[in-house]
Amino acid sequence: MPERDPAWNGRITACVVMIIILWPMLVMAEFKPWILLDAQSLGATWQFLSTFFPPAHSAEFLEMLLYATWETIAMATAGMTLALLGAIPMTLIATERLSISRLGTGRIAAWAVAVRQLVRWLLILLRSVPELVWALLLVRIVGLGPTAGVIAIALTYCGMLGKVYADILESSDSAACDNLLRNGSGRLAAFFYGALPSSASELVSYTVYRWECAIRGSVVMGFVGAGGLGQRMDESMKMLAGDELATMLLMFVLLVACADGVSAMLRKRLA
Amino acid sequence: MKMETSLPVAPKMRASTMALLLGIVVLVIASFVSLPLKWREFLSAEAVNTTIEFLRGFSPPEMATPFLERIASATLETLAMSAIGTLLATVFGMLLSLFASGRLGLTARLLTRTLLNVLRSIPELVWAAILLIAAGLGPFAGTLALAVHTTGVLGRLFADTLENCPPLSEQTLRLNGASPATAFLYATLPHCSPQMMSYVLYRWENNIRAAAILGVVGAGGLGQMLKYHLSLFQMHQAATVIIAMLVLVCVVDATSFALRRKMTR
Repeated sequence: MPERDPAWNGRITACVVMIIILWPMLVMAEFKPWILLDAQSLGATWQFLSTFFPPAHSAEFLEMLLYATWETIAMATAGMTLALLGAIPMTLIATERLSISRLGTGRIAAWAVAVRQLVRWLLILLRSVPELVWALLLVRIVGLGPTAGVIAIALTYCGMLGKVYADILESSDSAACDNLLRNGSGRLAAFFYGALPSSASELVSYTVYRWECAIRGSVVMGFVGAGGLGQRMDESMKMLAGDELATMLLMFVLLVACADGVSAMLRKRLA
Repeated sequence: MKMETSLPVAPKMRASTMALLLGIVVLVIASFVSLPLKWREFLSAEAVNTTIEFLRGFSPPEMATPFLERIASATLETLAMSAIGTLLATVFGMLLSLFASGRLGLTARLLTRTLLNVLRSIPELVWAAILLIAAGLGPFAGTLALAVHTTGVLGRLFADTLENCPPLSEQTLRLNGASPATAFLYATLPHCSPQMMSYVLYRWENNIRAAAILGVVGAGGLGQMLKYHLSLFQMHQAATVIIAMLVLVCVVDATSFALRRKMTR
């Protein structure tokens, strides 16, 4: 009976290779865990953490917090609505399912390919720039406050929704839509009666999931000055007000949990 | 001949679904009404001019070699942050998932799952802002922030994988006298590791994107450069950083797409 694990040599080699690759990375990321344990850093951390308890709970602060939370939800919702307004027409243009020249030959007319590709590139550009970078730029254009956040969400999510919508439509069964188009129906009618019914639940469920992501995203965008809970968090952090931060973090965890629950419920109901 | 055209009766909508849809409409309207949105300032001729002026400031992007070298090193820093953050998260996620999968008691399971949920629901950027106090400005704080958030995500996914793993092979080893640790390492772990590996790779992909922007709170990488140059109104340099971010995101997307295609075929 072999006493040794036959895979042992391979594992040792893999570990050594990993360490050789990892070493320069550790240097580059300035990975120095011991600075966490040095007296000065421990002192600062301890001082900060000790202000966490008790969490801030004055009526005035809670009122402000509730308003900031609502602002976060409203930013996400308004941003999603604007994103939908942009994404739906772009999807209709970009999806190959509604191509008429494709019918029969399977080939799409050259100019139609060009238009579709153009819209796709636009969608790629919109979603490749991270929402935080959009927010950072927009804050410089429209000033501090939720407007920048709403537009940033609208731009990024328009790109994501448009792409995924087109993918969902193209991956569903094409028979109904093709039949309608072949028999002379208009594209919009073919979309509503042929393509939409079979993929509606998937589209709705993805939209709701993105709304949930937008809530998380709008908190993050607050850190660059785009309003909502994030901006308040950033302010408290800069003043090292641990008690306020503790309440806000609690609120945030609750908000995410609620959004999670609501989104699961909506997906189940509307699907 | 006239054809009888009678459409099938439309399916009835339940009252509660109607209420739900109405609720969504109310939410949307309330959002737009309550937010102090400055559309007028955004859409006025003057605002359009400022925007155009602002955008024109970006071109041409700074392309001097020393600057490009700094961009390259910041990109490598971003990649290193994401890789180490993910690696740390894999280790800690693995450890916590042992508790969270209910192997070591139900109380431990509940407590660990709550902890993982909290870690997971606070975004990387917020963690980074908090950890700056303990770890100081720079990529280390960003790495830790990625590690903390990703531990929450991976711990939960690993725990679910372990719970869903068919228990038969581990039980067989145990019945034949293997110790619990050996039985886990030689039966359950190999069974689950491909699934876990794919979760890790998926999170790494996400973390590269996250690492690129973490820097705007001062946690290193490309984001820190962007924030720095934007604050000094050095638009040409900022444009180059944004282009570098776009390229990074696109390369990661394309690589993961190609790998996925290769692996699933």
